Amino acid sequence: MSAQIIMFFILAGVAVLGAVSLIVQRHPIRSALSLIVVMVSLAGLYLLQGAEFVAAIQIIVYAGAIMVLFVFVIMLLNAGEEERTNVSGMARYVGLPLSFFLLLQLAWWVGRGTSGMATPASSSPAMTRELSKLLFTDFLLPFELTSILILVAILGAVVLAKREN
Amino acid sequence: MTDFFVNHTVLVVSVIKVIVLMALMMTALAYLSWFERKVVAHIQSRWGPYRVGPHGLLQPLADGLKFLFKEDPTPGGVDKLVYFLAPFLAMALALSAIAVIPFGPDVSLFGRMVRLQIADLNIGLLFLFAITSLGVYGVALGGWASNSKYPLLGGLRSSAQMVSYELSMTMSVVGVVLMAGTFNLREIITQQQGYSLGFIPRWNLLAPPMPQALGFFVYFISAIAETNRVPFDLPEAETELVAGFHTEYASFKFAMFFMAEYANMITVSCLATLLFFGGWLSPFSTNGVMAWTLYIPAAAFAACAMMLFVDGLRYSTKFGRAVLPVLSFALAGLAAVCAMPGVVGAIQGPFWFLLKVFLFLFFYVWLRGTLPRFRYDQLMSFGWKLLLPLALANVVLTSWMVLVGGR
Repeated sequence: MSAQIIMFFILAGVAVLGAVSLIVQRHPIRSALSLIVVMVSLAGLYLLQGAEFVAAIQIIVYAGAIMVLFVFVIMLLNAGEEERTNVSGMARYVGLPLSFFLLLQLAWWVGRGTSGMATPASSSPAMTRELSKLLFTDFLLPFELTSILILVAILGAVVLAKREN
Repeated sequence: MTDFFVNHTVLVVSVIKVIVLMALMMTALAYLSWFERKVVAHIQSRWGPYRVGPHGLLQPLADGLKFLFKEDPTPGGVDKLVYFLAPFLAMALALSAIAVIPFGPDVSLFGRMVRLQIADLNIGLLFLFAITSLGVYGVALGGWASNSKYPLLGGLRSSAQMVSYELSMTMSVVGVVLMAGTFNLREIITQQQGYSLGFIPRWNLLAPPMPQALGFFVYFISAIAETNRVPFDLPEAETELVAGFHTEYASFKFAMFFMAEYANMITVSCLATLLFFGGWLSPFSTNGVMAWTLYIPAAAFAACAMMLFVDGLRYSTKFGRAVLPVLSFALAGLAAVCAMPGVVGAIQGPFWFLLKVFLFLFFYVWLRGTLPRFRYDQLMSFGWKLLLPLALANVVLTSWMVLVGGR
């Protein structure tokens, strides 16, 4: 086994453990921390594929900005430990089989799609340039639409906050 | 055994570099606290640390020992895991940022070329920002986990403040990235080589097509806010919040927060140096008649040695009279080494880099001795209404100038 595959399994294991912990934890802050672990190990996986820029952005945007806001809000509301309720009948009899089915389907598609690991792209400074070129030529419309969407979301938040006064 | 070293030279060299840098960093952190206390004291017409060793030079050692041996009580009702995690997180993140800082060009040492940097990443700059953006967790979680109102308020303040100023800090360096066309820190420095009009260094602060003075202004102010230093030290404002986020921390956990703060100061000073002030590049051209500038490091060390010697002979305690002249001889030896033909070239990069970083650190301390603290609403409106628009304007102007002027 090459060092790369070992690293992949370590990072993937940490990501899965973090995701499970996110659901199992009863305190919101600890759930948020688990989500940060998932984000950082995902960044590690991107790095393993040679996508340095995406990895750095993953940490800066998700772990460094969005999750900070999550933690901030949880702290501000001073949310305490959640109580664990019994699983509802809907979740037990429909949700669990469905999620198991989804897992099987994903595994099947992933297993069919690629054989072995994708070869990592050669990491070079040119890659960031290529990425930005694509973003501003072929994918310009989705890119601009996304920024409008975010702008609308911000305006909506401002309007909602104003109404309370 | 020798096979192992031959086969894994990169690994071995890296480990040695990490160990050396760690040792240097720890010493620097300890003496930065001494330096800060001394300078602030002199600004306020006091003496500062004076009792432990000559000029209080052994004070950091005494402080360190004290931190180690203090009782470390854990307050009741804390979230144990997060409470213990926070200082480790703060410290580990602060130290790992140093790994990508280039301290000088490649130098030959023991017959092999050594890069004065632990990891040369293509995305060095982004890596640094990723690390700084995670730095807020140490403070915020420490404040939250303490289960006490003052730390909670401190943690809340710091997360709001750091998120706000991180934005303008990141935007302020976009101008530099636009001019350099890369995120690699070494390349950003090497592109600042050369002199316009023969003597003005082409550092990003002054260089065409768009001098980044505005970017530097925004960067440095945001950096002070990011490191929670005066006048932006609201997370630990002692007049309102006792000690802010680290009120409930004692002993070595408190020391870790303290060291993390100093390590962050060093990191942002390094970043300011290499983004705007040409990193390890000398401010003087070394061609022709200006070749004497190569001997500035040696001369500076020699002058320090002389001052220390004169001061040591007249020092009031016997211990000082014994130790200070010895120290001055060590410095004189360093000066002599720096003037040796083989070394004089190699010492240039690290000397200029560390000198610039030192000046920034002095500036930090100077601010602390001079300015009062901001009010919280002033802090927020300053960040969002002044710094962020300035940073955005800088991005627009720089992209325009790069498009027109090229580089």
